Formats: sequence, C-alpha cells, structure tokens
Amino acid sequence: MNKVISKKEAISHVKNGMSLMVGGFNTSGDPNELVEALRTKTDVKNLTLINIDAGVEGSPLTTMLAERRFKKVIGSFFGANKEIQKQADGGMVEYELVPQGTFAERIRAAGAGLGGVLTPTGVGTVVEEGKQKLEIDGKEYLLEKPLRGDVAFIRAEIADEAGNLVMVGNARNTNTVMAMAADYVVAQAKKIVKVGEIDPQDVTVAGIFVDAVVWAGEEI
Amino acid sequence: MIEMDKSTKRETIVKRIAKEFEDGYYVNLGVGMPSLVANYLPEGVNILLHGENGMLGMGEHVPVEEGEEFNCVDAGGAPVKVIPGGAFFDSCTAFAMARGGHLDCTVLGALEVDQEGNLANWWIPGVRMPGMGGAMDLVVGAKRVIVAMEHTAKGGAVKILKKCGLPLTAVGCVDTIVTELGFFKVSPEGLVIEEINPNVTVEEVQAVTEAELIVPEGGPKPMF
Repeated sequence: MNKVISKKEAISHVKNGMSLMVGGFNTSGDPNELVEALRTKTDVKNLTLINIDAGVEGSPLTTMLAERRFKKVIGSFFGANKEIQKQADGGMVEYELVPQGTFAERIRAAGAGLGGVLTPTGVGTVVEEGKQKLEIDGKEYLLEKPLRGDVAFIRAEIADEAGNLVMVGNARNTNTVMAMAADYVVAQAKKIVKVGEIDPQDVTVAGIFVDAVVWAGEEI
Repeated sequence: MIEMDKSTKRETIVKRIAKEFEDGYYVNLGVGMPSLVANYLPEGVNILLHGENGMLGMGEHVPVEEGEEFNCVDAGGAPVKVIPGGAFFDSCTAFAMARGGHLDCTVLGALEVDQEGNLANWWIPGVRMPGMGGAMDLVVGAKRVIVAMEHTAKGGAVKILKKCGLPLTAVGCVDTIVTELGFFKVSPEGLVIEEINPNVTVEEVQAVTEAELIVPEGGPKPMF
C-alpha cells in the first residue's frame, strides 16, 4: 500500500463549496506547499476554511483569502492577520470565532466519533449564544458540536508510504486532530521514507488517519 | 498622586507578580507585559513556561533567519528555544493543560476587570475583530489567574470597575489584579486592596478605581 501521490492529484480532491481544514498556527506547522499548489493550480472557490488564524501575512493561505476564494472562515485568532480582519469587519466573508481549545476539541470530537464536547470555556460570554448549556454536577458547560472538513491539508516532517507521520516541535498543533476529522486527509512531508524506516515509537499520527502523502518539495 | 513613566509602572507590576511564583510552577504568560515576569523571578525559583501553541519549557527568543522554517515558536509565532525538561504536544493537550487545571498560574492583561473577578480582554466592539484565541480557555482552568495591567487606560479611563461593560473573556475567573498602584484580591465580599504602592494613599487609589476597595484591618501592606 503506497499512499504517496502527486500534489496535482491531491489538490484535485478539493471542489468548489467544500470545507477545507488546514493545520498550523502562526508560523508553525502550516502545509504551505499544498495550499500554494491549490491556490495556483486550481480555481476552486466558495470554500469554507477551517484554520486557527487564516494564515500569517504573506502565507499562501492569506494570499488565497485575499483572492476571495473563501466564503466562510472558522477560526480562533484573527489578530495577527489584517486580511481576515478586513474581510470579517467589512462583511466580505462569513466567519465563526471559536476559543482555541474548543476549536481543537471540536475537531477531535469529529474525528473520534463523538457527538460533541462539554466545555466551561465561553460560559457567560458571547460564545454561548445559540448553544445548549448543560449543568453537570453543579457546574455549567456549553455543548460544542463536532467540526469536520471535506478535505484536510496537514503538515509533517517525515511520512512513510503508509501515511505514518512524524511531526516535530510545536508544529503539531492542530495537525494531529485534523488528521482524524476530514473525509480526505492529505499530509505534506519534507521527507518520505519506506515503510519500516520510521520507528513505530516515533509515529505522531498513525497512517490509519491519512489518505494521501505528498512530498512538500515537489515542483508543479 | 505621583507620576510614573511607563517602564517604571511595568517594572513595578511584573516584579511584584514574580514574587507569587514558587519553584516548579507551570505558568502561562500572556504576550506583552505579562511575558516580562519571567525576567524577575526570585533566586532559586525555576518555572516552566507553557505555550498554548504546544510546548512547556519555553526559553529565550532566537533571531529569525530569512526563509527559516519554525518548529519551535512562542504563542505569537516568534522563534524560541526549548529548555531542558521541556516538552512538545498538540493543541488538544496544550489546552487540556489549561482547561484541566494543570497550570499553576496564568498572567494576562485586561481591558477591563471588575470586583466580581469578571475579565474583558479580547474585544472592543467597533474596533477590528481580533478573535479570542486561547484566552478564554486559559482563564477558565488555571489554578490562579493574575491580571497584570496599568491601573488606568490611556487618558486616565478607569479599568477596575464595578461591572465590566466590554464583552467578557470569562465570568468570575480573576483571582488577583496587580497594577503599579497596588495588589488586589477578588474575594466573595469584593475587591480587597491587600498591598499598596508606598508612594500613594488608599484614597488616591480609590479615586482612579470604580470598584469599591475593601481595606483590610491595619491597612494594606506596602507592595515593595
């Protein structure tokens, strides 16, 4: 079983109107090469982006946002990205802001087959608007529903041909949970090795979650 | 009231907060002034800094090289070192630490805070939408939440209120407020001025505080 495919094939899975999960936060763990391939080699649009910060300024994700190819952004922190702030405040894009820990848990819930998570985060704030509140053992929690993507782009340092991934440093962030929570998961890796070359002890994300692997350095 | 420049105010605040930390504490420090607390730790006190982007043991910042890829950054995206004894993990684990009560303390700034411990620190409606990021999760779970801020806003507007008016970050989450004028504890009875900058009077502090200050028996202790 070899899950390694070309970037061209990987990006062909993203269609107009789909929801696209993109891992990474800030300057770390962003699958920039996959996003750049999608941006430059397709004209898909009307996408819903699920990503913490809509990219950092100058990143392919932010450029794609500036090209108005996202109709909605579900994220957590827009404070370091003028483009998303401009579009959000100007009504140019729909958006949903989610506390960062809730963002990660909603994605994990989707990937883990859970019907949602109960969190105290957001109780008594604007975040609770429209959500069910439950009292468990005397404490209030919000019911936060699972968050799923049609396609996920994630980033790893090393992948093997079976899709086992090694992630490094805090580039893990949401890449680990997004691997579980989309119908089609593509991991880009700096280095691709044969099965058996990654010690099972070192696997960050098991290949079961990963549908395809692309080499980040591939020219297209 | 005495005049203090910005750097004196900040130093007064962060030096006082540093005294609250014990050896071995796991602490999350917000960006800006809160992050400076790490520079003033008492002798023999070593702490592990938590980065909500997925690390414990955040060390000093390192210079950015052109085109470099970052796998070790602070929560603001700037590259840092990890200290011996540190660890990396994903976002779920990072926020499990926060929400699950594993952090000894989180220190962050505020736009407004009130006598019931409500905190507003993420959004001023009408100004660009920044998103709440990790702030809401950090304050609901940490064992102790310390607000580090200048006592009043630019132009002198009060920030310590009877009731916050801005959108909240969380309800009743603040334990302690430290400003250049004093050290304040949120108690069930209200806001107690436990310590005071020795260069000001309680009346002077009250004059720039909307919340009613409770003065402990014998008066507040000197802050330094």
